[in-house]
Amino acid sequence: MNQTDVFKPEERVAFALRSLYRSYGYSQFRMSKFEEYDFYVRNKSFLVSDNIITFTDTNGKLMALKPDVTLSIVRNTKDGESGTRKVYYHENVYRPARGSRTYREIAQVGLECIGNVDDYAIAETLTLAERSLAEISPRHALGIAHLGILAELIRRAGYPEESHSELFRMIGEKNLGELKLRSPEFGVSVDHAEKLFAVLSGTGEVQSTLELLASLYGDEAWKSDVSALRRVLNVLPMECVRLDFSVVGDRNYYNGIVFHGYVDGVPDRVLSGGQYDKLMQKLGKTSGAIGFAVYLDGIERLTPSANDYDVDTVVLYGENTALSDVAGTMQKLTRAGKRAIAVRELPASMVGQELIRL
Amino acid sequence: MKELINIALPKGRLGEKVYSMFEAVGYDCPSIRENNRKLIFENEAAGVRYFWVKPSDVTIYVERGAADIGVAGKDILLEYAPDVYELLDLCTGNCRMAVAAPVGFRDDPSRTLRVATKFQNIAKTYYGGQGREIDMIHLNGSIELAPILGLSDVIVDIVETGTTLRENHLEVVENIVPISARLIANKASYQFKNAQIRELTERLAECVAKKQAGAEA
Repeated sequence: MNQTDVFKPEERVAFALRSLYRSYGYSQFRMSKFEEYDFYVRNKSFLVSDNIITFTDTNGKLMALKPDVTLSIVRNTKDGESGTRKVYYHENVYRPARGSRTYREIAQVGLECIGNVDDYAIAETLTLAERSLAEISPRHALGIAHLGILAELIRRAGYPEESHSELFRMIGEKNLGELKLRSPEFGVSVDHAEKLFAVLSGTGEVQSTLELLASLYGDEAWKSDVSALRRVLNVLPMECVRLDFSVVGDRNYYNGIVFHGYVDGVPDRVLSGGQYDKLMQKLGKTSGAIGFAVYLDGIERLTPSANDYDVDTVVLYGENTALSDVAGTMQKLTRAGKRAIAVRELPASMVGQELIRL
Repeated sequence: MKELINIALPKGRLGEKVYSMFEAVGYDCPSIRENNRKLIFENEAAGVRYFWVKPSDVTIYVERGAADIGVAGKDILLEYAPDVYELLDLCTGNCRMAVAAPVGFRDDPSRTLRVATKFQNIAKTYYGGQGREIDMIHLNGSIELAPILGLSDVIVDIVETGTTLRENHLEVVENIVPISARLIANKASYQFKNAQIRELTERLAECVAKKQAGAEA
């Protein structure tokens, strides 16, 4: 019996990811399963779902079963510490799975890098995100956007602030048709927004998108933003990465780089992350931060179909069989790597590949 | 072998119209025209696999990845807000979401407005935007009956030609949003079948543009 037989895919991935993050010097962050409800309510829109399981603690305080890990980590991070703190976690969170109305316990692995987030820290986080996806499946894709660059494209096209929430929704949906149709309503002519449309309708291939971005405006500020993005992306394996500006996290929390990861065979994103300096500011912290979470609940779908047999060998013994015979047979079988079960009578639902009667 | 694109089409007239558009741009599947009870139709040469599903279920098939792409009405997308890409307005199945009331209805803003609808989220967003307090009555069909019998003051529903409304002495009092069929895609499929989905979208976009130009001429 090898490791893959014992571990479920999500368990195997969790162990592989923990060891990957440890190898990059991240230390494990442990936390309580509960937090005060009030804390989550104040930051509801940062959460995947605003449904939270609550209960009253013995002292009468309303508590919540943790629906998210990042918020707790940020809250428990001391501000103003020198250096950069790198932590990873492997925790269960409680929330409805996407597209479902019932609560689930969802295993989540992820990492956070808090402090001085420089270009290397961003590149390292993206590298680890890509390698995390590679641990799950060789067929994976990491979609990366830069909210600063997107916001600048939008500002230069002339969209007023009040149109932004609608605008970001349409960009997130890749709904270029509606965006073009409604731009005049926001006081922006389609010609004026041509550069934004060109970026949004591109293939997302990294080099050509970077070239397109670089060609859009000639001023120094723009050029420097684009070359910073190029520097960071250059360390990644291009075949699995796409510059996809439809990846828009909540703008109240995220800034700079944001990214989503997919693996073939799972219909929803399995990884999501970004720079969340704005969340830090909201929680009264001055440090920068970047991180991501891997949602392990979707990964169980990658399991190959269940085995035809529950066990390799069924050892059936009778009333008069010597105990030492049963024990000896079982030892022999299991040492040979077989999965065997010793019973007087086989449970009706169990199927074995081979039968030994003693 | 090329991977097939799984396409969920809405059963009924709209689905048939939309299939003709797919067929016209090279994604034909002759077996779909045969009169039988099959649910899935494949044409390996064209790289497509079609299946018919209930119109309101298309978004579920696409969001959960059983279909890579699908065609759904904007009403369904607004109501259920599925996490999918909305790639193209197919400019067919055109109608509108509207508020309708008995002919001559006068709204009394001092009273809670009773709204009967199948589209609770759309109604909630619409009246929420106006700061209006409403009493929502969720119905599954024959919405027009509600104001006639005094169950509600108004209805929020899809209006195509307005014939049903007229025949029941109802009229549109406000338009909420125009509705048409949209091409939607699963977000993960879009990553892994990117070239195929982009090509299909482009071909359909050309077909739509031609049709629009023809209609205007």
